[in-house]
Amino acid sequence: MKRRSIVKYAAVAAALSLGLTACGGGSGSSDAKAAGTVRVTLANHVWTEGIKAAIPEFEKSTGLKVELTQLGEDQLSDQYNVKLNAGSDEIDVMMYRPLQEGKAFAKNGYLADLTNKVSQDATWDWKDYQEGPVKATSADGKVVGVPIITEREVLYYRKDLLKAAGLEVPKTMEELEAAAKSIAAASPDTAGFVARTGKSAAVTQFSSFLYSFGGDFTDASGKSAVGSDAAKKAYAYYGGLIKNYGPKNVSTDMSWPEAMAIFTQGKAAFYTEADSLYKNATDPAKSKVADTVGFAALPAGPAGSKPYNIPSWGLAVNQASSNQDNAWKFIQWATSKERTLAAQEAGVPGPRASVWADPAGTSTYPKDLAEAIAASAKAGVGHDRPEVVTVGKAREIVGGPIVSTITGADASAAADTANDAFQKFLDSEKK
Amino acid sequence: MSVLTTPRSAPPRSANRAPAARENFSSWANRHRKWLFAAPAMIFVGVLIVFPLAWTLYLSLTDSQGSVRAASEFVGLQNYLTVLSDAERFWPAVGRTLSFTGVALMCEVVLGMGIALLLWRPFRGEKWVRVAILMPLVATPVAVGMMWRLIFDPNIGFVNQLLALVGIPAQPWLSGQDTALGTTIFMDVWQWTPMVVLILLAGLTSLSEEPDEAARMDGANAVQRFFFITLPLMMPTVIVAILLRGIDALKTFDILYATKGKGGGSFHEVETLNVYAYGLSFDYNQYGLSSAVLILFFMIIIGSMWLLTMRKKAVSK
Repeated sequence: MKRRSIVKYAAVAAALSLGLTACGGGSGSSDAKAAGTVRVTLANHVWTEGIKAAIPEFEKSTGLKVELTQLGEDQLSDQYNVKLNAGSDEIDVMMYRPLQEGKAFAKNGYLADLTNKVSQDATWDWKDYQEGPVKATSADGKVVGVPIITEREVLYYRKDLLKAAGLEVPKTMEELEAAAKSIAAASPDTAGFVARTGKSAAVTQFSSFLYSFGGDFTDASGKSAVGSDAAKKAYAYYGGLIKNYGPKNVSTDMSWPEAMAIFTQGKAAFYTEADSLYKNATDPAKSKVADTVGFAALPAGPAGSKPYNIPSWGLAVNQASSNQDNAWKFIQWATSKERTLAAQEAGVPGPRASVWADPAGTSTYPKDLAEAIAASAKAGVGHDRPEVVTVGKAREIVGGPIVSTITGADASAAADTANDAFQKFLDSEKK
Repeated sequence: MSVLTTPRSAPPRSANRAPAARENFSSWANRHRKWLFAAPAMIFVGVLIVFPLAWTLYLSLTDSQGSVRAASEFVGLQNYLTVLSDAERFWPAVGRTLSFTGVALMCEVVLGMGIALLLWRPFRGEKWVRVAILMPLVATPVAVGMMWRLIFDPNIGFVNQLLALVGIPAQPWLSGQDTALGTTIFMDVWQWTPMVVLILLAGLTSLSEEPDEAARMDGANAVQRFFFITLPLMMPTVIVAILLRGIDALKTFDILYATKGKGGGSFHEVETLNVYAYGLSFDYNQYGLSSAVLILFFMIIIGSMWLLTMRKKAVSK
C-alpha cells in the first residue's frame, strides 16, 4: 500500500505541479494507521480553535488519539486536490466547504456515505439540523457530510458615523446608497461602503444582492441567468456602491481580510459580510471601531431582503480511509449539541436548530446581530455561489461583471458577456 | 581496491576462499561498476524527473478532469490545439512570462553588475555591506510577497502614506491593472539581485589584473576599461548568471501567488504560465489542459536555455 501510494503521489504531484514549487506536507507515518488514531485535517477557523482546545476531552473519553493537521483555506483545498486525487488513506476526517468542493468531491467519490451513521444515534439527533445546511452536505440522496458552521450575509455599520450624520440604519438598498453617499461626501477620509472586490472572492457576498434584486445565477430550467435584468441591476448597484462611495484607490483583489481591515481601521461606514466573521469587528484587539459597530439584516432590494443562509464548512469522512468508524466517532463528538453550543458561544454560528432555540446559544452575540441572524435565517437562500461541479471556474465567470463595474465599465454589457460564457460553461458541465 | 585491480580471469589466491555467491556478486559488480555507482542518481532522476514528465505528457493527451483517477479518454493533440488557440488566457500569459523574465533579468544583471563593481575593491566595512546586500536572498519568497503586499496596499500601505507626506497622490501599485506586473517585477529584482551580485563578484575577483593595468597604462578611462576589458572577460560569468537566474525567473510562482492570488488578480494582470497552469489544475481541475500548458512551458524553458548555452559556448571560445 505504502509503495503504491508513493508512486501515486508522484504521479499526481507531477500532473499538478510540474515546474511549480513542490507540494508540501504529506508525511503520514505508517504507524498512524493503527486503529487507535484518528487523523483529522482542519482549516484555520475560530471553530477549529475551539475544537483543538477540547480534543483532550475526546481522547480521554474514547481512548483514541487525534492527529491534527491545520491549514489555511487555499492550502487545505490544494492538499485535498493532491491527496484525495491519489486515493490517500492518510486523512480520516476532513473539514471541507460543501458549496465549494462538495459536488466535485462527491462526484469523484472522495466522500464516504454517512447516511446510515447519521440516523443511528437519537441523542446526537440528525433531525436537529437545519434543512438548508443538510441539503448542502448531501449528494444524490446520500448524506456525505455534517455541517458545522453556517453563515448569512449581514450589514456591518458604524453607529457613531450614522449618528453624526443624523441617519437611520438603512432598511432598503436605496436608503443604503443614500446613506453611503452622504457619509462619503461629508468626510473624505471615510468610505461610505466597502465590501469584497476580488473577482472570485466577491461572488459569495454579491449573491445576496443578486437575490434581493430578484435574480439568481441560474434560472428554474438551469440556464444561465446572470444576464437577466435583475442581475444587471444588481451588478450595477454593487459595483456602483464601491466605485462611487468605496475607498479611494480601491483594489480589485479584496477578499474579506482586506475589506475587513478597511472597516476595522475605521475607514468605512457600511460593510456587508458574513456574520460568522463578526468577532473580527467587535474584538478590540483586532478592531479600532469595536465599540461602535452595529449589525443589521441585509437591506431589502426590489425583491425583499434575501441574504444567503449557507453552511460554509462541514466535516466528512475520506472514502479511502480504513478508519471510518473512528472517524465517525470524532465527527459525532465534534458536532454534538454540547460542542455546537460551545462553538456558538465562542462566536461560530452553528447549524443546529436546538442551539439557536436555546437562549444560551445567542447569549454571547451582540443583540442586534442575533436579531439580524434570526431574520436572515428565515428569508435566506441556500446557496451563495453557482451550484456546479467546477465552482472555481464558475465564480470567475459570474464575478467578471462585479470587477468590471467597480472599474467603471457598463454593467449591462459585462453581464451579457458573462451570461454567454456562463451558459457555455454550464453546457460543458452537462457533457 | 584489490577487487578492482584483480584480473577477471585469475582466481583469488587467498587461503580463505570467499563463498561462491559472494564472489559471483563481486565480479558482477566489478563488471557493472559504472552502472552500479550511477544507479542511485539514475533512480532519483527517473522517479523525480523522467516519470513525472512522462506522466504529464500522457495526461496532456487525455481529457482528464475532475479527478486524475477518473476515467479519461485519449484525445490526441486536442488540448494543445485548445491551448494554442486561446488568445484570452494562454497567449497573454506567455507574454507576461517573457516580459516578467526579460525585464527582471535585465534589471538584475545591470544592477547586479553595478553593485558587484562597487564591492570589487576592498573597503572599510565591506563585510557588513555584503551581509546587508544578502538579506533579501535568505527570506522566503512567500513571506517577501506578503510583506510587499502590505507595504503596497493602496489604502493602508506604507508606501502610499510615505508618498502622501511629500504630497504625491496615492498610487495603485499592486492593485492597478497596468501597474501590478511592474510592481511584482520590482519585488523580484529586490529579492534576487543579490544572487546576481554574488555570482558576478565571484567572476570579478577571479579576473587577472594585467589586461586592466595595461589598459590603464595606455590611458584608457574607467568606462573604456569596463566596456572593452572587464565586460568581455566577464561575459561567460554574466551568461552563467543569466542562465541561473533566468530559469528561476521564468518559473516564478510564489511571489505572484502570494501577492495576487489565484488567476493572477481579478483581471489576470500578473498571470504567468505557471500561475495559469496552477489555476487550471487546482482551481478548475482540468488536468489534461493544465498538462498541455506545462509541457509547452517546459519546451519554452528548454528552448531558451539551449539558446543561452549556445551563446555561452560561443563566448567561451
